[in-house]
Amino acid sequence: MDKNVVLVVFAKILVPFILLFALYVQFHGDFGPGGGFQAGVIFATGIILYALVQGVDRAMAVMPPAVLKPMMAIGVLLYGGVGIASMLLGGHFLDYGFLAHDPIHGQHYGILIIELGVGITVAAVMMVIFYAFMGEQN
Amino acid sequence: MVLLGQFNYWVVFFLMMTGFYVVIARGNLVAKIVGLNIFQTSVFLLYISMGKVAGGTAPIVLADGALYSNPLPHVLILTAIVVGVATTALGLALVVRIKEAYGTIEEDEIHAKDDSL
Amino acid sequence: MRWRGRPCIPAGIRACPIRSAVIDQVIDVLLLILLVITAIAVVRIKSLFAVVMLFGIYSLITAGIFVVLDAVDVAFTEAAVGAGITTVLMLTTLARTGHKQAPARHSPALPLTVVIITGAVLFWGTQDMPRFADPGAPIHLHVADRYIEAGPEEVGVPNMVTAVLASYRGFDTLGEVAVVFTAGVGVLALLGVRRRRKGDGDG
Repeated sequence: MDKNVVLVVFAKILVPFILLFALYVQFHGDFGPGGGFQAGVIFATGIILYALVQGVDRAMAVMPPAVLKPMMAIGVLLYGGVGIASMLLGGHFLDYGFLAHDPIHGQHYGILIIELGVGITVAAVMMVIFYAFMGEQN
Repeated sequence: MVLLGQFNYWVVFFLMMTGFYVVIARGNLVAKIVGLNIFQTSVFLLYISMGKVAGGTAPIVLADGALYSNPLPHVLILTAIVVGVATTALGLALVVRIKEAYGTIEEDEIHAKDDSL
Repeated sequence: MRWRGRPCIPAGIRACPIRSAVIDQVIDVLLLILLVITAIAVVRIKSLFAVVMLFGIYSLITAGIFVVLDAVDVAFTEAAVGAGITTVLMLTTLARTGHKQAPARHSPALPLTVVIITGAVLFWGTQDMPRFADPGAPIHLHVADRYIEAGPEEVGVPNMVTAVLASYRGFDTLGEVAVVFTAGVGVLALLGVRRRRKGDGDG
């Protein structure tokens, strides 16, 4: 990696913007193109780029697998939790209208939270898969 | 325009058959997975082609209204792409394990080691 | 969106006249031809590294076609997944399994016959398919109108794809997320994540 100075420096500049863009795509998905699936994948791509130019060990220091493994499940649980919450509040499973006094606000909250759940799971799964593939070779 | 009315479907089925050919004719397991991915992408194209409306625009509401393409195939394929990469990763992980167990990822050599053909 | 200076009334999917449909179709056809050329190259090239890189290009062209076909969300995903993550995963797999492909030992006659017969049947089937971008195609006549007309009021989200994905078909999406999670667990079960350290040979 020592030879590719341009690559290393340029990737270092690019990574924060990729991560920021992922967050934009995540939380602006209601209004423009985007959502949890895209944001999760783009976030993972940023970390994978970092791992490819700086080495997997440094990427694992930033995003430890021990943190990512629970995150895979937390996203799905967040999604399911919204469904349970709307049931407890008197609606059907995943009926977001009951999450707030105004059904439209409820829909907004519901979509925001489940998209976050989707994003967390997708990002964590993609990064864990990448780590698993980079595991043993040199 | 009328002549090319089915062009998208022709290309979709050509790509589908290309992927199918790679899957059944190649012995290398990574090549087979690339073939499966080409097949899968052709199905994505089939759905998205059907959702297009002539003169339509992306299904994001504009202030003064417009003609929108059908959002339903977009939703189905959006999730299918992410599920597709997850299952592709699972397939590649199996290939890596097969390489560790057999020392090869060529179908013929694996069959020869197992005496299964 | 305006048509010859007057606003287009948002009264369903079939309300407005055709806008720039010719350009759309020309770009669509050109990109599809590029896609076919790439796919043929994937079949003919022997080096697996070249095949994987060509597949990345193939995904990127597909993403371009999705933009032309108004599926911006899908194009987004395909560009990040197909040209990004899938390519990287395939390259890391090649690094672990070797990129040499054994020469074919069987004659390609049988697979070719199967593929040509199947393709011919499918090609025959396209005759019954609706014309490309036909607003009267069956797919546009059922739920789509409802999503487009009632979606913005019922869900209050301008992006209809998000509205359908997260709200109308939320249960479906929960299943998809569960599939992604399961695939992640499956890869972990097969390979596992081992932290690499110097002098730690077997992890």
